[in-house]
Amino acid sequence: MSNTLLDVRGLKMHFPITRGVLFERQVGVVKAVDGLTFDIREGETLGLVGESGCGKSTTGRAILQLHRPTEGRVIYRGQDLTRLTHQQMRSYRRQLQIIFQDPYASLNPRMTIGSIIGEPIGEHGLASGTEKEDRVYELMRLVGLNPDFARRYPHEFSGGQRQRIGIARALALEPDFIVCDEPVSALDVSIQAQVVNLLDELRERLGLTYLFIAHDLATVEHISDRVAVMYLGRIAELAPCDELYRNPKHPYTRALISAIPIPDPEVEAKRRRVILRGEVPSPLDPPVGCLFHTRCPIAQSLCSQEAPMLEDHGQGHLVACHFPEG
Amino acid sequence: MSFLHVDDLHVHFVTDRGSVRAVNGMHFRLERGETLGIVGESGSGKSVTAMAIMGLLPMPPAVIPSGRILYEGHDLLTHTAAKRRSIRGNRVSMIFQDPMTSLNPFLRVSRQLTEVLEVHKGLSRKDALRRVIAMLERVGIPSAAQRVHSYPHEFSGGMRQRVMIAMSLLCEPDLLIADEPTTALDVTIQAQILELLNELKHERGMATILITHDLGVVAGATDNVVVMYGGQRMEHSSTANVFRSPCHPYTQGLLKSVPRLGRTGERDKLYCIPGLPPVLTASAKGCPFAERCDRVQAVCSEEMPGDTSQEPGHEVYCHAHATEAAS
Repeated sequence: MSNTLLDVRGLKMHFPITRGVLFERQVGVVKAVDGLTFDIREGETLGLVGESGCGKSTTGRAILQLHRPTEGRVIYRGQDLTRLTHQQMRSYRRQLQIIFQDPYASLNPRMTIGSIIGEPIGEHGLASGTEKEDRVYELMRLVGLNPDFARRYPHEFSGGQRQRIGIARALALEPDFIVCDEPVSALDVSIQAQVVNLLDELRERLGLTYLFIAHDLATVEHISDRVAVMYLGRIAELAPCDELYRNPKHPYTRALISAIPIPDPEVEAKRRRVILRGEVPSPLDPPVGCLFHTRCPIAQSLCSQEAPMLEDHGQGHLVACHFPEG
Repeated sequence: MSFLHVDDLHVHFVTDRGSVRAVNGMHFRLERGETLGIVGESGSGKSVTAMAIMGLLPMPPAVIPSGRILYEGHDLLTHTAAKRRSIRGNRVSMIFQDPMTSLNPFLRVSRQLTEVLEVHKGLSRKDALRRVIAMLERVGIPSAAQRVHSYPHEFSGGMRQRVMIAMSLLCEPDLLIADEPTTALDVTIQAQILELLNELKHERGMATILITHDLGVVAGATDNVVVMYGGQRMEHSSTANVFRSPCHPYTQGLLKSVPRLGRTGERDKLYCIPGLPPVLTASAKGCPFAERCDRVQAVCSEEMPGDTSQEPGHEVYCHAHATEAAS
């Protein structure tokens, strides 16, 4: 088994809700992420899936200290990132990068793409002048962009090309670890495949480790080694990829997998869906007991009283459910 | 006579930098109780086709140089604005893609929904409200009688989409155009909404046009499919046909490039359609997919092929398909 690169222990990210202008008082708290414990191994892709509002993006940001976690530790190569000052964190940012979801909003429209990609190199004083320029061209070639376009602006590029620009920028500092926050969900189907392949190729060539955040379970299955399913700020199930999709134990995972439409009319006609009733409860006022019991098809009275722990059911298959199936 | 017959529809947008051919020769028939899927990427002309049927295209810049949209035998394009308004929202209605921006943030949901019934059915506010609450319950909004007085921002994304759907169904339309109705939603909510649309189709014999880029949704929810690329039809047949034996290289590429659940063995590369979506300027000729096609021939960049399929009920617009079928 490969070494642990990142060790996340009891991570909590709570956002206070305040009322009043002059005398702000706290009237509530959104528990976006509420006690996550998992590790990410060197060279692997850990998929993180869940519906909107389950806290998957917040988890990515809290790991990179873009939000300072409320509680818990994020240990990267033996160093607890949550204890570092902003100044100390800067040097770690070289190794920990992020690719954002929306390639239309995450690139500065007033900068040429050459300067967008080169900015982190200059900022961290790694190279300057022609050396920096050469590095930018090399990065552009690496992600499949023509270096002749370095003087163009983001609006001249399509969504897929912009996502490549974002990837080149994330790679500029030669990181070990990249949080990919829904990197393909804003792209057209035929372009998604190009970007997914590129990410996978880069991981192999450069020895990268990914936290791949997405709501599309089919894409996550394709790219991940292990997958974690989140619900309302907690992990419902975490298992090696094949195991999770073939043998899902948590009723939420089962429902999620059965809800994915499959591009085959014959399969679709025969499938039986677990249609969940209702919606994800508000994280402002989460249910007592198991967070999923309000929508769970197999909930029993215990579920509304006591929250299940995330327990190992063998071979690294972790499930947080009182009555796991299968 | 078909219920809806879109006949050789062309839509161009005239801009300062030349005109853009968004839709080039769209053609399909739709019967009551049938669901037609229109599949394509951004810029393929699928939404523009929908807007043209609804009569919602801003003209200018849009022009419709030729084509007919026959609704129960009458050409919608020749109707007066007033006549179209009486059909739109009443007998033909549309669910828009983005529930966040298609509701008025300043008006309570009750006001926005009762308005539809007051205008089209001449109901009093009170009767309209009763119908609205019943419809909101139908689309699965809990405690609808209270929630109806909320503002759109007080609903979650899935709930807002349901409000949009309720609004489009209030007048019990004969034709529903759903433009990416579930794209902004999570899979579990998507499953709920597709189930609801399916129920309504069976219950009321409503004809539906489902516009989407999600092939999984198409497979599960439609009877026939039009695959569009660059404003042109590429392939048009029953859903079973298109998925079982896709003939056009674009359809084939699209089906291969989607990751599927239950992959087997090694982590394979996804199939990629190389290149980028086309630019639809007036000067472009030939097949719009030629640049990205792996079976491209010399003639492809010169001339757009006609229907090259021998099989009745399965239209394919591809030179390569014609030559391969002949040999």
